[in-house]
Parts: sequence; C-alpha cells; structure tokens
Amino acid sequence: MNALLAVELGWAELPVKVAAALAVVLLPAGTTVYLYLFKMVSFMQSRLGPMEAGPYGSMQLLAEVGKNLQKEDIFPAKADRTIFALAPYVVLASTFLLVVIVPFGPDAGFASLDTGTFDVRQFDGVGVFYALAVSSISVVGILMAGWASASKYSLMGGLRAAGQLIAYELPLVLAVVGVVIQAGTLSLQGIVYSQINGEIFGFGGLGLPYILTQFVGFFIFMIAVQAELTQAPFDMPIAESELVSGYLTEYSGFRFLMFFIGEFATAAVFGFLASVLFLGGWAIPPFVMDIIGIDETSSWFNLIGPIVMVTKMLVLTFIIYWVRFTYPRFREDQLQKFAWKVLIPLSLINIAITGVLKVAF
Amino acid sequence: MISTLVLVAQETGNSWDLPANIAFGIISVIAIGGALRMVTTNNVVHAALYLLVVLASVAAIYILLGAEFTAVTQVLVYIGAILILLLFGVMLTRAKIGGDEELDYEQRWMGLGVSVLLFVVMAYSLWEEFGSDTRLVGYEPQRTAEVADSVFSTYIVPFEAVSVLLLAALIGAVVVARRD
Repeated sequence: MNALLAVELGWAELPVKVAAALAVVLLPAGTTVYLYLFKMVSFMQSRLGPMEAGPYGSMQLLAEVGKNLQKEDIFPAKADRTIFALAPYVVLASTFLLVVIVPFGPDAGFASLDTGTFDVRQFDGVGVFYALAVSSISVVGILMAGWASASKYSLMGGLRAAGQLIAYELPLVLAVVGVVIQAGTLSLQGIVYSQINGEIFGFGGLGLPYILTQFVGFFIFMIAVQAELTQAPFDMPIAESELVSGYLTEYSGFRFLMFFIGEFATAAVFGFLASVLFLGGWAIPPFVMDIIGIDETSSWFNLIGPIVMVTKMLVLTFIIYWVRFTYPRFREDQLQKFAWKVLIPLSLINIAITGVLKVAF
Repeated sequence: MISTLVLVAQETGNSWDLPANIAFGIISVIAIGGALRMVTTNNVVHAALYLLVVLASVAAIYILLGAEFTAVTQVLVYIGAILILLLFGVMLTRAKIGGDEELDYEQRWMGLGVSVLLFVVMAYSLWEEFGSDTRLVGYEPQRTAEVADSVFSTYIVPFEAVSVLLLAALIGAVVVARRD
C-alpha cells in the first residue's frame, strides 16, 4: 500500500488528477440523479420511475445523456452568442474548482491548499475559505446565461438567482465559522483530524463530529446549501409555473446538459464538504480504528476514506432531495426575509456562543 | 502548485526565476488585455465581464506571490460580491444585447492622463526599490494564522476604525435608500 502511494508521478500527475476530478464530478452526480431524482421521487409519488432502460432502469441516465448530446445546439436569434456559449462552462468551472479542495483520505485529494508543516499537525492555509469563495463563481455563469439569452424569462430567472445566491452566501459562510473556531484551523484536513482527536466529555471513542456541538451551524449550512443549489423550496430562479425555466429556458442539448451536471455535481460536492465539516470527513469512529488496529495516519484510509465519504455524501444529498420533493416553493419576499432576518442573525449568535465557549473551555 | 513553483525557483537561486516569470508574464498579459478591452468595449455587460478577467488575474498574481489568503479574499469579495452586484445592477437597468454606440465618455483623455501618471509613479518607485532583480526572494507562502495575528494585534486599531467606517457606510446606505 505504502509502496503504491510512494510512486512519484511528476508531471504525469496532472492528467491523472484531471481524470480523477472528472470521475469525482461525474460519478456522484450520476449516482444521485439515478438514486434520488429518478427512483426515490418516483417511490415518494407512488410510481415506479424509469424501468425499461437496463435492469431496474439503471441505464436511463446514459439514455438521457445520449439524447442531450444528439440534440441541436440552438442559439436564440438575438442572443449574445459568445456569452451564451461560455455561461455553462463558467458554472461547471466553479464545480471543478470546488472539488479540488475536498480531502478523501490522509493523502487522497487533489490540492490541499494547506501551508505549514504536516509532521506536527500544524494545519494552516485557506482550506474551507477557498471552497466558499469559488462556489460563488457559479453566480456569474448564471447571470451570463440569463442575460445572454435575450429572453425576459431568462433575465428574470438570472436576476432572481443572483439575488438569492448573494443572500444565502452569507449564512453559508457564517455557519462554517463556528466549525472553524472549534477546530482552530481553516484547513479541511485539519478539521477532519481535530474531529478524530476530539472527545465527548472525556470519551474519545467516537471522536467529536462537529454536528454534535455545531448542530445550529449544520442546520443553517444545509438550508443555505439547498438555496445555493436552487433546489425546491428555493427554486424561484427556475420556477416553471412563473418563468418557464428561468435562466435555462433557451438552453438545449449539450449546454443544458452541462448546467444539469453542474447542478447535481455541486450538490454532491456540497455533500462532501458538509460531511468533512460536520460528520468527521473520511474518518471512521476511533473505537472502530482501535478494533481494526490502524490509526488515522494509516494509508489504508486513502482506500477506506473515499468509500466513507461517498456514504456520508449519499446520506446528506438524500436529505437535500427529500426536502426538495417535500416542500412547496417559497415566495420571493419570504425567501429574502428568511435569509436576512432568521438565518443570518441565528448564525451570528451561533458564532458568538461558540467563541465564548471556546475561550471558556 | 504555483507556490511550489515559487519555492523551486528560490532553490535554483539564479537571477531569473523562469517558471515564476513565465507565469507572471502570461497572467499580466491577460490582465492588461482584459483591462484594455474593458474600457474600449461598447457593451456594458461585456465591460463587466472583462473586469472579471482583470480581477481574476490579480487573484492569480497574489497566488503567484504565495499570498493565498489575499487571493481567496480577492475572489470572495471582488468576484463573489462586488462584480455580481455590478452585473445585477447593470442587467436591471441598461443591458442591451449588442453594442451601445453612445457608450462613451468625453473626459477619457483625462482618465488616460491620470492612469499614465499613476503607471509612471508606480513603475518608478518599484524600480527604485527592487532594481533589476527579477527574483521572488523571501516570498514564502503566507500563513493564514500570521495574517490573523497581525490584523488582530499590530493593526487592531486601523482594523476597528475600518469596521466602524463600513458600519457607518452601511447605515448611511440604508438611510439613503429608505422611502419613508
């Protein structure tokens, strides 16, 4: 195991990492779309969902992708062609920038963006701050799509999306601050290690997943993620009964597919991020580690870690889609009120209390 | 990765740090091109998007210098908030598809004069300080904890003053925007 990981790839590391990043973006997106968007929602609505393509409809996804790739790439007559064509790439770029920061094991990750020395567990760097910064780049892509389509529905959808994403960016960032204060580092890897080494009233068998102490932060984070992903009940930007399909109205074929992949891949990446921040990331509970006889620096975690992460991600995205298919849409003013008058004050109080407790203990 | 480049460049120790200088060259060409197109284009939304290119290039230069925290702040504040608000405002008010022929400003020569003057002053002072030394010596990757330590100890008074100033501006904006 160690010998395998010790292979120096040099410049060949780059194509390997690009392929791995593609896999990490596409596979979770495909899995969640099939499991939740096709199957779970069907069962919730007392129907079977796709059954024909492949066993139990499992090849339906490939059929959908094939269909979208064959469609004509339509540009509206009055559209600003360059920006219309570029917009989906900006949205997808934001997803790829987001995925590179996620740690899947002690050494399994694309770029740690950590500085400082690792030997003495002195984690430092920009970590989670970077993730929150690049996630806002997708808004630029959505605004570009809305404007360049030269359609009033698209423009309204784009503007609604921008207003919503700016409003929910704040609670998203502020909810994470509590975790950062508790862990004492911005580095995602450092946050994982401090959860492994944490103790619940002197009992270290479970570590200390921050969902136990930062449940308010977790709650706010998941709501803000729901809004950032424009999933119902926060789907005003693409409200089909009001705006046809919002900023996606004029898109078809390949470019629509890119927006679609971007949406679901970002949901999965936010699931990964939330599991790192609140559920202990790639680690398993320390008492299980003791039974197996490995510790948290073992390179076995580069193998176990991704599996653990995907499991946690599937649980969290399940919650996202469960809420999506359960609650009706908010009204635009309710949405803004909820962000500015409920979530932001609540997260500020959470930060203040966390800070006081951090100093007190 | 780029901070590794900087480190590699330091170890080689010659007067020309090739990787760092090539990266800097590419980024600055993109930034200058974006800036020129931003002031010459006759479409407001295009101008805003060229501004995005300039701001992103500046963030890239920060990363090249090992100032990762500053770079991320640049992305979060300038691209994530200011530019999006700018685009939002432009699209709400005047957002014609295609060009706007009247989009011009008669005092552009004065603007050009000011920017040339600024360029001369900055170029002169940089030349005076660093001479022809093109190495990035002593630029270690900046540690976030060190940024926090200096902001909350050495620079605590200016930091608090700026906070109060921003709060005053915020309240002022609310007062100006209120209808009743």
